[in-house]
Amino acid sequence: MINWGWIVEHLDELAGRTAQHVGLAAIAVAVGFAISLGLAILAARQRLTRGPLVTVAGIVYTIPSLALFAALVPVTGLSILTAEVPLVLYTLLIFLRNILAGIDSVAPEVLEAADAMGYQRATRLVRVELPLAVPLIVAGVRLATVSTLGLVTISGILGDRFGGLGFFIFEGYRHSFATEILLGAVPSILLAIGVDRLLVITGARLTPWAGARPSA
Amino acid sequence: MSGAATVAFEHVTKHYDARAVAAGAPGAINDLSFDVPAGKICVLVGPSGCGKTTSLKMINRLIEPTGGRILLDGVDVATREVTELRRGIGYVIQQVGLFPHQTIAENVATVPRLLGWPDERRRARSEELLALVGLNPLIYRDRYPAQLSGGERQRVGVARALAADPPIMLMDEPFGAVDPIVRERLQNEFLRLQEGLAKTIIFVTHDIDEAIKMGDLVVVMEGGGRLAQFGSPDAILAHPATDFVARFVGADRGLKRLALARIRDLRPRPAITARPGDDTADARRRVSSDPLPYLLVLEPDGRPIGWVSAPSLPAVGVIDASMATAMSPVFDARTTLKDALSMLLAADVQAGLVVDDRGAFVGLVTADMIAERIRPTSASPT
Repeated sequence: MINWGWIVEHLDELAGRTAQHVGLAAIAVAVGFAISLGLAILAARQRLTRGPLVTVAGIVYTIPSLALFAALVPVTGLSILTAEVPLVLYTLLIFLRNILAGIDSVAPEVLEAADAMGYQRATRLVRVELPLAVPLIVAGVRLATVSTLGLVTISGILGDRFGGLGFFIFEGYRHSFATEILLGAVPSILLAIGVDRLLVITGARLTPWAGARPSA
Repeated sequence: MSGAATVAFEHVTKHYDARAVAAGAPGAINDLSFDVPAGKICVLVGPSGCGKTTSLKMINRLIEPTGGRILLDGVDVATREVTELRRGIGYVIQQVGLFPHQTIAENVATVPRLLGWPDERRRARSEELLALVGLNPLIYRDRYPAQLSGGERQRVGVARALAADPPIMLMDEPFGAVDPIVRERLQNEFLRLQEGLAKTIIFVTHDIDEAIKMGDLVVVMEGGGRLAQFGSPDAILAHPATDFVARFVGADRGLKRLALARIRDLRPRPAITARPGDDTADARRRVSSDPLPYLLVLEPDGRPIGWVSAPSLPAVGVIDASMATAMSPVFDARTTLKDALSMLLAADVQAGLVVDDRGAFVGLVTADMIAERIRPTSASPT
């Protein structure tokens, strides 16, 4: 069934593809997060911008990924932008919704106390609202990361400089070679599970207060 | 210490437009004026929606008035920079509003951090304040709010409000969310704390009993944000200005006044006393000339032993401690008249014994004297 010998011969390529996979996803998640954080802060401070921002992000999210990769080729060619632009766009809705939900989750009495203590708006956002939004922001990072790791596979359609582990899947499919398909599929699943666990642990480290319970 | 400040409301009004009222905006304020001297606790009390919380929040400009002025130490709050104003005013609310992501010490040091105090001074101040509100800093400083009970969180809220030693504290139903036993304890602790701090405190409650207990001065507000009466708790209980105030303070306002007055506010009357070994004939003669036909037997050091009725005194001989029956409750200067009256009722006697700090007999207080004290016509004690 599985050609183990072939796998052993291609371990170097597996390592390279995994690194590429992680790299493509990391760039998308980082850029998407930075843009979303900016947009979320704008939406939190200018309430009127909130509806349009979330709506636009929602519309972008509905565009089929394969179509979006293909549609960008005439514009950006086969550059890294062609892979990263869709990946980043798909993270925006997830991040935007979660960051806003996180900011919304801060109890009104905490905000009232912050105002009454003499916090300025910007200081309150940075020192009170965003730290308290961290649990929901971490949830957003997990969702966006896992979804991006999946989408990176599809960018393999753009050729061997993209797709990470997905490239094995496309190649294996083209040659009807099950071993190569599995060499792409299984590690990409394990990667997603592993990274998600890592984010859970990181999130817990970032919010020691969230797990705090009354001690006897 | 930055001491205390005076607070003055001058014709303060707050109107909401029709749309805001329809959306459930809280009570408007109608020409509210009153003065609070420095170092006093002034309680705003009234039914829900009467605008007491709105009035409180106008002091630190969480809500801006439509008209009139609020002066702190003679300075209109509207002329002060808002964050600077707020950093100088302590604020305690029912839900406490501690920052869940910060440790207790960090929470307490919120305003000092905003004011840019150095780390070491902030830490020292946090620990000093935790100790002041009865929380051991070594145990509590590194905990998070979720690890504390409701009563402990409320103490931290008070410590946080005191952190930068503000001359004024605003407290909105601060003890409203804890059970009655904890509330009573927090109230008493706060009153004791205030004896040392002497801050000017504006305190909001819907509970007339809490208003009477906590307030040096009480502002009774009625619907529509109108001032119904302003005065000392005793004056408001003794002379309600309107039917509304009379109903609001309750039909038992006379009894409530008893909780405000203490034995030291009465002038105990003398009793006929004797000590073991005294001559009974002399004692009989003295008792017969008194409307109360009882002799009070005292220890040589003046501590009361009990009563002997005039007829049961032997015609000749000496007084013996075994003749006396202890029936009367014993009061000291700090006993409230409410407690004194209930002790008299429980013991089913007319008179109680007032003793000094060493336990020596000072005089008698009767149920009639207590009743006299709460007649509506009697003068205010303050």
